[in-house]
Amino acid sequence: MFDISPTEWTAILLSLRVATVAALVATPFGIAVAWLLARRDFWGKALLDALVHLPLVLPPVVTGYLLLLTFGRRGVVGAWLADHLGLVFAFRWTGAALACGIMAFPLLVRPIRLSIEAVDRRLEQAAATLGAAPWRVFLTVTLPLTLPGVIAGMVLGFAKAIGEFGATITFVSNIPGETQTISSAIYSLIQTPDGDAPALRLVVVSTLIAMAALVASEWFARRALRRLHGN
Amino acid sequence: MLRVDVAKRLGEFTIDASFASEGRVTGLFGASGAGKTSLINMIAGLLRPDRGSIAVDGETLDDTARGFHMPVHRRRIGYVFQDARLFPHLDVRGNLDYGRRMNRLPEDGALWRRVTELLDIGDLLDRRPGKLSGGERQRVALGRALLSQPRLLLLDEPLGSLDEERKEEILPYLVRLRDEAGIPMVYVSHDALEMRKLASRIVMLQRGRVTAFGGSEVLPAEVAKIA
Repeated sequence: MFDISPTEWTAILLSLRVATVAALVATPFGIAVAWLLARRDFWGKALLDALVHLPLVLPPVVTGYLLLLTFGRRGVVGAWLADHLGLVFAFRWTGAALACGIMAFPLLVRPIRLSIEAVDRRLEQAAATLGAAPWRVFLTVTLPLTLPGVIAGMVLGFAKAIGEFGATITFVSNIPGETQTISSAIYSLIQTPDGDAPALRLVVVSTLIAMAALVASEWFARRALRRLHGN
Repeated sequence: MLRVDVAKRLGEFTIDASFASEGRVTGLFGASGAGKTSLINMIAGLLRPDRGSIAVDGETLDDTARGFHMPVHRRRIGYVFQDARLFPHLDVRGNLDYGRRMNRLPEDGALWRRVTELLDIGDLLDRRPGKLSGGERQRVALGRALLSQPRLLLLDEPLGSLDEERKEEILPYLVRLRDEAGIPMVYVSHDALEMRKLASRIVMLQRGRVTAFGGSEVLPAEVAKIA
């Protein structure tokens, strides 16, 4: 039963790569957006908030199709990126990472936003009176105190990215070795005769990855909390 | 030399205060709600006056006529808050060193020794703020402000959150600070006894206005607290 075939390994490793890259690249953007939403008042804030949450409520196939329209080879952004930076998303694993990153974004932003809101602003004032410019206050006080939330957001985002299916398959299709993640591999396998056993193996693997991510996040968050408040 | 001439509206409450003080310790004295904290928040730059100007040693920090407001982090004004506000993610050493790092000052072993000895906090360096008593926390907050090498030190009821016993513990340090640190201070309190012990000039504040200015004779005759 647990003889994982090379094709399955390919899908597993690709999923891990896609989800890791998606979570890592999305995190700085997530922190920036979370900070804007938590701390700033500006025209269009409600719009930004809605836009961030859109992937959560749109049918994934719609998100995937919108990505194809904008980031595809003929899409406005996609064509520009391909011409100027050589960055191609369509039918590449990078496109899978983009789709996963966008689908995971609302889950990533939320815990970060909540923990920025929970940071005591009086500590930031104290830092300013000690000579810290606003960006240094952010780096030396706000961000370290937000760390447990950032970790929680990254893990949630990673878990969501590992499981993402609809937007990914719509945007970059289901190409073994390039865009076939665990989810799309399972989808292909259960439509194939004799695919049940390999599909089940991948189901077990994806469950294990999700659980490992949760355990790791719990461990990191506890360590971060101890670092923040403990001895 | 500290010159303050400001007005600020805060909801129903209005502060309209003006004084100039040369003393080593300027006491801001008044009941709670008199506007003491708002006034020193304006000196620190945390609050922007609606009208008026603030200057320290001839340098303008605020001047609404010219639309000038120096940001908090450029003022070099130390602030010891009633609730200490130590950084929970840094140990005592990290808290004490924070101002030096932010102001990009060179390490100064002599100053470090002088301040840690003055406040008896040399044994606490590796501890986290969460493991300190209220009195220790306030001493570390004093040290942190001093080590940022400010030109003026603001103290907002630094004994306010401590019980009587702890107050007795901290007060001698404040006296030493006044006599040895050589930094002019603004000391906020509603406690006439503290004022008598520490302040050389006293600004009496009532409902946002300066009602008296002078030596300790402007304090209430009996040494009693006004709550």
